[in-house]
Amino acid sequence: MNRVLRAAKPWVWLACALPGAWLWALALADRLGANPAEALIRGLGDWALRLLWLTLLVTPLRHWTGWHALAGWRRGLGLWSFAYATQHVLAYAWLDQAGDVSAVLADVGQRPFIAVGMVAWLLLVPLAATSWDGAVQRLGAGRWRALHRLVYAVALLVLLHFAWMRSGKRLWDDVWVYGAALALLLLWRLVHAFSRARARAPAATGRPPSRARG
Amino acid sequence: LPAQPSALPGARTPEAPTPYELVTGYNNFYEFGTDKEDPARLAGRMKLRPWTVQIDGLVAKPLTLDWDDLRRLAPLEERIYRLRCVEGWSMVIPWVGYSLQHLIERAQPLGSARYVEFHSLADRDTMPGLRSSVLLWPYVEGLRMDEARHPLTLLALGLYGELLPPQNGAPLRVVVPWKYGFKSAKSIVRVRFVDKQPATAWNVAAPHEYGFYANVNPDVPHPRWSQATERRLGQGGLWAPRLKTQLFNGYAEQVGQLYAGMDLRRWY
Repeated sequence: MNRVLRAAKPWVWLACALPGAWLWALALADRLGANPAEALIRGLGDWALRLLWLTLLVTPLRHWTGWHALAGWRRGLGLWSFAYATQHVLAYAWLDQAGDVSAVLADVGQRPFIAVGMVAWLLLVPLAATSWDGAVQRLGAGRWRALHRLVYAVALLVLLHFAWMRSGKRLWDDVWVYGAALALLLLWRLVHAFSRARARAPAATGRPPSRARG
Repeated sequence: LPAQPSALPGARTPEAPTPYELVTGYNNFYEFGTDKEDPARLAGRMKLRPWTVQIDGLVAKPLTLDWDDLRRLAPLEERIYRLRCVEGWSMVIPWVGYSLQHLIERAQPLGSARYVEFHSLADRDTMPGLRSSVLLWPYVEGLRMDEARHPLTLLALGLYGELLPPQNGAPLRVVVPWKYGFKSAKSIVRVRFVDKQPATAWNVAAPHEYGFYANVNPDVPHPRWSQATERRLGQGGLWAPRLKTQLFNGYAEQVGQLYAGMDLRRWY
């Protein structure tokens, strides 16, 4: 299985590009419905969110299944999420704010919903910037890992941004779905971190160490 | 649906009408679902005949009008109005109908009537959106009496020279061109005259976001987006420039006096 997953990696990477290519193609051909700008901005945002959730799914899935080659997918998924988030921000700035930087800044200042989304994107920038192999050595593994824990804050901000966007029209269905999925992903990490901490300190609990699992 | 061009000042904007496909294909009509495409797909199930409108509340004598009564109540006019949605998009729509004041005269409201309520159809058998708790059903909208009596407030029976398509609020709806679109109730089955400000659908659902008045105003932002500009649908696709939104949707000259002395930020 791990061999299959490794071989599939470039295809997964390519597949991540498809929704965006499709959205842009429809948008440029004026086939995105009556309000193409809004459909494009929202579509890009949806995919940024989905890919971020998939990125966060990699580690739990790896532990559940033992398919450790999945780890090789994580960076690509994360970078694609960032790529969609960046297009989402640019499309908003261009199509909603006419490319006017001062209008964007004013909008960020006036509307918490926009500010939360913008902060989430800004927090992704250092993560994307330190996603190359050498960055881990330069920063040191501990510091790199600490920095990349920002992704949890980003996910919560993204969920808030999404929920806020839906709140005015009270469309909560998919907010619940994404919220429940994120809760599971974060809960798994808490449980996992807790059981690892116990495994590392056998003397304190007086129990034999259970087999450490990654 | 034969109609004469309206002679009322402000009733015929020279702007290019939005293509029929967009006017009838991109609608907010939550009784049929929350996606803009749902109404065009599903509203055809609505049973339009027979159709009656119950008129009651603070009136001399409650009455019920059927479609033929409503069709003949006053001469039909064509009016070309801008429609500004609270979501930040706009259209230009050639409506067919007559001023709501004709219906009000027929209803003979009492002096104590200060507001008028419009109730939309809420039929569980044909409206799948009613299963969702997004809004309280039936959809209720309302106007102050002077707003309702303003000649620009239209009772629309058609658009583009034909009967209203179901997704646009057949067989009859209100159109209040200086207010955000959600104020213009669709598929009306009841008109009720009251002495207190009505509890209206969006105002009840999210009072800090949707006020009772909901006058188009570029200076009063929605909590989550600016209302300073709007996207005119059907013009230029993706790169269509946003237009500057006008106070009272450009009808300030006709309706501004209704709100003289009112703080429009407070009464949004």
